[in-house]
Amino acid sequence: MIDGFLALYIFMLAAFTGKEIIGRVPVILHTPLMSGSNFVHGIVLVGAMIALAHAESPLAIGIGFVGVILGAGNAAGGYVVTERMLEMFKSSKDGKK
Amino acid sequence: MEMHTALEYLAKASYLLAAILFILGIKRMASPVTARRGIVQAGWGMVIATLATFAITRGHNIGWIVGGIAIGVIPTWLWGRKVAMTDMPQMVALFNGMGGGSAAAIGAGELLKFGQAGEVAPPVTILVMAVVGALIGSVSMTGSLIAWAKLDGRMDRRFIFAGQKLINLLVFAAAILAGLALIFWDLHPATVIVFFVLALAFGVLMTLPIGGADMPVVISLYNALTGLAVAFEGYAMGIEALIVAGMVVGAAGTFLTQLMAKAMNRPISNVLFSNFGGGGAGETIEGAQKPIDAADAASLLYMAEKVIIVPGYGMAVAQAQHKIWELSQALMKTGKEVKFAIHPVAGRMPGHMNVLLAEAGVPYDLIADMDDINPEFKTCDVAIVIGANDVVNPAAKTDKSSPIFGMPILDVVDARQVIVIKRGKGTGFAGIENALFYQDNTRMLYADGKEAANSLITELKMIEGGGH
Repeated sequence: MIDGFLALYIFMLAAFTGKEIIGRVPVILHTPLMSGSNFVHGIVLVGAMIALAHAESPLAIGIGFVGVILGAGNAAGGYVVTERMLEMFKSSKDGKK
Repeated sequence: MEMHTALEYLAKASYLLAAILFILGIKRMASPVTARRGIVQAGWGMVIATLATFAITRGHNIGWIVGGIAIGVIPTWLWGRKVAMTDMPQMVALFNGMGGGSAAAIGAGELLKFGQAGEVAPPVTILVMAVVGALIGSVSMTGSLIAWAKLDGRMDRRFIFAGQKLINLLVFAAAILAGLALIFWDLHPATVIVFFVLALAFGVLMTLPIGGADMPVVISLYNALTGLAVAFEGYAMGIEALIVAGMVVGAAGTFLTQLMAKAMNRPISNVLFSNFGGGGAGETIEGAQKPIDAADAASLLYMAEKVIIVPGYGMAVAQAQHKIWELSQALMKTGKEVKFAIHPVAGRMPGHMNVLLAEAGVPYDLIADMDDINPEFKTCDVAIVIGANDVVNPAAKTDKSSPIFGMPILDVVDARQVIVIKRGKGTGFAGIENALFYQDNTRMLYADGKEAANSLITELKMIEGGGH
């Protein structure tokens, strides 16, 4: 259990971090960055796995199962799409090496 | 018991490591030089966190967990590998919707569990977080699905009916009421179901009236919302990694959404609650569009020293990016300076054009943002506009009655000569006439983007070879 106020501090610090780390992103990377952050919230998979592990009734197992499928899809799809986009980024200098 | 505690510590340490990798990964993804390493790093974070979770779930329902992961991972991985670059925006929308759905499912599981007879009622803060996370996650899921359907061309019109805003407001208010009932009154399964139906319906209703041109902002907003939903459910379940990763994405996504809305000069509320074309018809434009054929356009290019290419969504539709790069290379071979000018909201997602050009092999240092390239149009001999419309319309600066008045644009109008490659005379997303197309120095090359680029390459070769 996380203490209420401590949680608020975590929320606040994470929010500032999120804003700061992308503060100077060039437009060229907006789509890959959106896609990359889309991948990162695929961490929801971990929450769904734990929920499913604790599930006992058939209904709870069903809901947890759906949660795990969707979370895993978010993580896997998000990764593949972002990686493919970024794979193509190279500067004109790279080609001459 | 010893073993259990040790594994818990190991898992918690792994989650901390994953959170660090996520933050560093996102930071690296914000620079073109390190972006590739960034996603790989974040990927390792995900693998570590997932493996650590196996350690603490200790085999409970292991078959369901492994099966669910396999069903979730395999098809999306294969689909993501082979989908065309032009379809990336809707894939992001779809995967984002899945994340929102997962967060909503966690919320549903928690709420139903709390409601069981014999369960001790959880603290109000936990309930509030579970309910808010479930609400946001549900809206993000169905909203993203509608955005996916629209971008994928499965739903090509806006659904607008009388009293829509009132109905949306009522559904939203009802969802909030149901949520409050869950928190303060009763966790009856029926209330939980009503709450989710309302939340899911609101996501659909809210996204239906939004037009295709605004989808970039909407997807970015839903991406941020899913992040928040994950953070709130993380709090409800007591998993710090979800709180940190979800909140970082929530904040970064909100900031990105603001950047985009700012580039369109429209507050986010405007994107969500009204549409282009609602703000007045704009002045009618005198004069006529002057056509040009590929041979004449090629000789204009042949005589130019500096060429700026302005791509828009039309280039993506025509899949013309490879041919355009071929044309640029042909021009550069004869010593001309070629640059690409990208408007922040060109295409279906911000940076969409950059991704397409990168796919075709255009080095990123030839691609310039709006603010950097705008002063250069004055010194450019020919500007080629391919498939872009509203983002180059000078009415945004000069015509106060135009619905896009105030939107920052690319100053293509300053170029000595403008060639517009366009399929026909139709208007853009905003449904308004483009004053640029009627300028004295503008010529219209009516053709499909790919064919136009192709014939320009052929004509250029003929000129260089002394033909004609």
